[in-house]
Amino acid sequence: MIKLTVNGVAREVDADEDMPLLWVLRDLLGLTGTKYGCGEALCGACTVHLDGRAVRACVTPIRRAAGHAVTTIEGLSPAGEHPLQRAWVELGVPQCGFCQAGQIMSAAALLAENPRPSDADIDHSLAGNLCRCGTYIRIRAAVRKAAGS
Amino acid sequence: MQRALWFAISLVAGVACSGGSHPPAQPPPQAAAGALLAPAQFAGIADRARRSQAIFVEAGRVLTHARCVNCHPSDDTPRQGDRHAPHDPPVLRGADNRGIPALGCTTCHQDRNAELARVPGAPDWHLAPREMVWLGKSAAAICTQLKDPARNGQRTLAQIHDHLAHDPLVAWGWRPGADRAPAPGSQAELAALFQAWIDTGAVCPSEDKP
Repeated sequence: MIKLTVNGVAREVDADEDMPLLWVLRDLLGLTGTKYGCGEALCGACTVHLDGRAVRACVTPIRRAAGHAVTTIEGLSPAGEHPLQRAWVELGVPQCGFCQAGQIMSAAALLAENPRPSDADIDHSLAGNLCRCGTYIRIRAAVRKAAGS
Repeated sequence: MQRALWFAISLVAGVACSGGSHPPAQPPPQAAAGALLAPAQFAGIADRARRSQAIFVEAGRVLTHARCVNCHPSDDTPRQGDRHAPHDPPVLRGADNRGIPALGCTTCHQDRNAELARVPGAPDWHLAPREMVWLGKSAAAICTQLKDPARNGQRTLAQIHDHLAHDPLVAWGWRPGADRAPAPGSQAELAALFQAWIDTGAVCPSEDKP
């Protein structure tokens, strides 16, 4: 059994240590807000936080998360009141929405380290999160809004 | 071909200079593709300084290999592949050579290769500091750089040897995973060459010849 904390709750999972964190979250814990995109850490759809830092859950083996704290989109703010979530709603950022959980989790990791990012900071830090609908302009605007700028 | 050319040049030079009374100079040996020569194979080079240079040139086959230089860029962009393509996704060096907020090296890279996803990994995956540029440089230039404290992290040659011999991230160069070509030889063979280079005076090769 592997012990970890997910969204503030202590969990134990019966999984091979090499199982990707993404499958533990989605298949074993039922947290399907985190999406499977490419499976190769190239699209960012599966981004979650491990001890507050962004990781791609599709390539992160569960052994890396053992004894650590994982935050998913469901745990960012259970009431949906994180500044990023409010900005996302106000600006109507998503189109199809598939990539948005990853976008928000990356943006949250950025703001945690850099509360007042420039446009370039946002573009650089979210460069690994692809949006096939091309909502990048609204994503950047929402991150700036959440940052209060 | 290189050996034959060296032999011909040596033979002509030997005849011209000594009237043919001395044998030609021993040519530097050549390793098979993917292999590294051992220090003992340079014993035929009598001149200590030239032997040291030749040993470094052999070690330089590792130091200039794509698995090594791709993480020693002059700019903020790691490279990937044998043609040194810019890293995809477009990551950046960051202040500590370990990426930027939300897009650090360990956002994707694990402590070992992720074979199914083809994502390379090793402990403490990161870029070499900006002053330790290897990408696009010759073995001779890298040699000069390795001896310059301002560009080698203030390390002694013994400390550099230890880094090359034991660092797990260096070791990745010979176990790169997926379909990536490994660096020539092995980490132990590189370490032996580097030690032999130190023991022969740590003479750097010139830019135009060993």
